[in-house]
Amino acid sequence: MAAILRTPHPREKRIIFKNIDREGWTTDIDCYEKDGGYEDLRAAFRLTPEQIVNEVKTSSLRGRGGAGFPCGAKWGFIKPGGSKPVYLICNADESEPGTFKDRYIIHQDPHQLLEGMIISCYAVNARLAYIYIRGEFPLGAQILEQAIAEAKSRGYIGSNILGSGFDLEIYVHRGAGAYICGEETGLIESLEGKRPYPRIKPPYFPAVLGLYMSPTVVNNVETLCNVKHIVRMGGAEFAKIGRPNNTGTRVLCVSGDVQKPGYYELEVGALTMGELIYDVCGGLKPGRKLKAVIPGGSSAKVLRADERYKIKSKQSDGTVTEQEIGIDDIRMDFDSLAAVGSMAGSGGVIVMDDSRDMVWALNNINEFYAHESCGQCTPCREGSLWMSKMTGRMLQGGGDQRDPDVLTSVADNIAGRTICAFGEACAWPTQSFVAKFRDEFAAYAAKNGSKAEQA
Amino acid sequence: MEIPSELESRIDEVITHYPASKRSASLPLLHLIQEHFGYITDEAISWVAQKLELEPINILELVTFYPMFRQEPYGKHHIRVCRTLSCAMAGSYSLLKTFCRHAKIDPEQHEHGSHVLKSPDGKYSLEFVECLASCGTGPVCMIDDDFYEAVSEDEAPELLQKYQ
Repeated sequence: MAAILRTPHPREKRIIFKNIDREGWTTDIDCYEKDGGYEDLRAAFRLTPEQIVNEVKTSSLRGRGGAGFPCGAKWGFIKPGGSKPVYLICNADESEPGTFKDRYIIHQDPHQLLEGMIISCYAVNARLAYIYIRGEFPLGAQILEQAIAEAKSRGYIGSNILGSGFDLEIYVHRGAGAYICGEETGLIESLEGKRPYPRIKPPYFPAVLGLYMSPTVVNNVETLCNVKHIVRMGGAEFAKIGRPNNTGTRVLCVSGDVQKPGYYELEVGALTMGELIYDVCGGLKPGRKLKAVIPGGSSAKVLRADERYKIKSKQSDGTVTEQEIGIDDIRMDFDSLAAVGSMAGSGGVIVMDDSRDMVWALNNINEFYAHESCGQCTPCREGSLWMSKMTGRMLQGGGDQRDPDVLTSVADNIAGRTICAFGEACAWPTQSFVAKFRDEFAAYAAKNGSKAEQA
Repeated sequence: MEIPSELESRIDEVITHYPASKRSASLPLLHLIQEHFGYITDEAISWVAQKLELEPINILELVTFYPMFRQEPYGKHHIRVCRTLSCAMAGSYSLLKTFCRHAKIDPEQHEHGSHVLKSPDGKYSLEFVECLASCGTGPVCMIDDDFYEAVSEDEAPELLQKYQ
């Protein structure tokens, strides 16, 4: 991938993306070592695994894959001294529409990921780890394999790493084009050589019954990279970046109708949506107005530009105050986006201006989910297809005044009725698009006058 | 079907990556077979199954599930254009049509059970795929294993020229 070197925006705080677009930076280990690479691994071996887990807990690092689950708590579920081997899997199946951060880490800074992984494996006592990379990154897989070979030759992977007595092997495992493999239990099934049908929780929590029914940690690429920096800074210092419960930086991926789409590493919560769109991304295209934003990957509920949101915030004296804000004032962090009824998800921000047709946009998303449903649970397999067929029919001129209600009803009957979170992921776009742009959906019935009459 | 010894030794090496279960090597083996032969035949499915001490159905169900595996030859060069939202907003639908026009592919062709479009001379095949994870530089496409960003319709013909 020929990278176009881009100067970071002044408001960025580059930790994870420090080496992305860096002049003269290459993927080979010499370049990485010259820059102090693998020093954090040496530091990690001076700590006990428990100390590292505690530092990660102190850091309040939340998973960067989409769910935002606290990483330290996830690791804490792995009980030391068990009879079964522990596995660690790096989820590099990046496929949530709107998200494109892991691509750059893998292609430009593979050793940062490996160093983070090796430290993480040491912390949870995993002696065998896999990087599950999406099939559409063939070059990324080669780069990682090369990086692993280099790290092995320098003694960072293999037996008795740096004289610590700790052994580890890491292998790259390529997927083959299925979005559901990003779901951690689906990923595990896929890694076992099966169709990636997600497992039901309980009982199949990866920390207990994961890969080969052994305790398994599955972490996103960006999350694992963060571990390296937590070891360097210490958990408490890391927690000072960002905001309480929303610590560290996040790589936000902005796409759609802005002047400067791209990736921006920002302190979590340091910016509002308005600052992100207008200051960092250069605003909208000339003469256009903001219509909607999907703030955390295509599954996240859409936010309407002219909506008002009531946000509760706890004051230092313990009282709770309520404030009404517009879309521009929403803070870009986990808790604020949850408070306005959406989510920070995977960090993929899709911006849409007033030239966009919301039925068209939802249909595009619906086609994606209809294609990617694994087919295991009936509500999702059938429902995602029905929703896609309905919005498709509307675009073809077959709109019906019952469509908004029927779409919502189908979506409502998927969410909460499936084994994995794909059910919610495919229902939320329809639920939110129809609720927030109902007039536009209803207008499609009017475009098809005769049919609407009959109904 | 003959598996060259080089390929087989690569396959044997890959199987060692999965000490707990050979079955885990199914996907990597299918990738290797497809890279070598261009597609995955019934015979190849049986061969992989035997190699991993599985039933052929265990392999067939993977080939039919995962979108990147194919049971028929594609064109000499395979083009994937991203269809999903950010790329669609950036013009991927018209990019797809432009590729069709210049690669002499009939966009209306329908072959039962396949969504892949092919040029009659067998040189190109074309597929509208879901998100390729480069939404900030749409529309994006892949030609074989090469990745291209912000592809304008004007660039499409010269891009095709590179793949003869």
